Amino acid sequence: MTVGSHYSYWVTILLMIAGLYIVVARRNLIKKLIGLAIFQTSVYLLYIAPGKLIGGTAPIIAEGFTVYSNPLPHVLILTAIVVGVATLALGLALVVRIHEEYGSIEEDAILEIAERETTAQEQGGDRA
Amino acid sequence: MALLVLAMVVQRNLFAVVVLGGIYSFLMATVLVVLDAVDVAMTEAAVGAGISTVLFLGALHLTRGEEAQPLRRTWSALLMAVGVSGALVYGTLGLPAFSDPAAPIHAHVVPRYINEGPKETGVPNVVTAVLASYRGFDTLGETTVVFTAGIGVIALLRRRRNEKKDR
Repeated sequence: MTVGSHYSYWVTILLMIAGLYIVVARRNLIKKLIGLAIFQTSVYLLYIAPGKLIGGTAPIIAEGFTVYSNPLPHVLILTAIVVGVATLALGLALVVRIHEEYGSIEEDAILEIAERETTAQEQGGDRA
Repeated sequence: MALLVLAMVVQRNLFAVVVLGGIYSFLMATVLVVLDAVDVAMTEAAVGAGISTVLFLGALHLTRGEEAQPLRRTWSALLMAVGVSGALVYGTLGLPAFSDPAAPIHAHVVPRYINEGPKETGVPNVVTAVLASYRGFDTLGETTVVFTAGIGVIALLRRRRNEKKDR
C-alpha cells in the first residue's frame, strides 16, 4: 500500500470531519446547515472516487473506448444531490421560522428563551 | 479545497461563508469531472453552487448575517473530530486502492450495464440508462422526497403569512 493509493479516501475523511466539526461545535443554525452540506459533498466523493479507473473515460459508450468508469455511483449520487437540496430547503425554511419565533438563530439564545418560557408557564400554573 | 473548507470553519461572517461555499461547490464539480462523473459534476455545479447558494442567501436575508461568539471553548468537539478521523483513517487501510480494476465495486452489475445497457435501452450514456430505466424506482422515490420537502416548505412559510394577517 502506498500513500497515493489511499489519498482519495483521506481527502474525503478531511472534508467529512470538517463538516462534522461545524455541525457539532458551532451554535449558529445556518452554519450548522452549511456544515451538513460539506459533509454531504464528502459523501459524494466517497462514492465517486472508487468508481474511477485511471485510463478510463466517462461512461458514455462510444467507439474507440473500451475502459469506462463505474456508472452506478454516479446514478446514486445524482439522486443524492437532488434529495440533498430538497432537505436543505426544508431545513432553511425551519430556520427562518425559528428566527421569527425566537428572534435569533443562535442555539444558546433559543434554549435560554425556551427555558424562560417554560419556567414562566410553571410559575403561572402554580399561581393558578 | 482543504484551505477553503478550513476558511469556512473559521469564518464567522455567514455571507462570506456562503460565498466560499459556492466556490467550494465549483471546485467539487471540477474534481468530479476529473473523476469521470460528468453528469454528477453538471448537477453539482447547477444545484450545489447555484440553487443551494441562492437558498442560503435567501435565508440569510430573512435572518441575521453574523455568527455570535461561542460562550465556551469547544475542545470536546475538536477531540471528537480527531478521534473519529483517526478511526476512519484506520478503516481505510482495509479498503481497495484507488483505481484498482479488481475492486469489488467494478465486479458485479456494472459490466452488464456497460455491455448490455446501450443495446437494451438505446441510450449511449450509461448513467442516463441506469437512472431512467434500470433504477427508475429510485428516481420515483427521489421525486417523492422532493415533493414532500416542497410541501413542507410551503406549509412552514404559509403559516407565517397567515399569522401576519391575524395580527
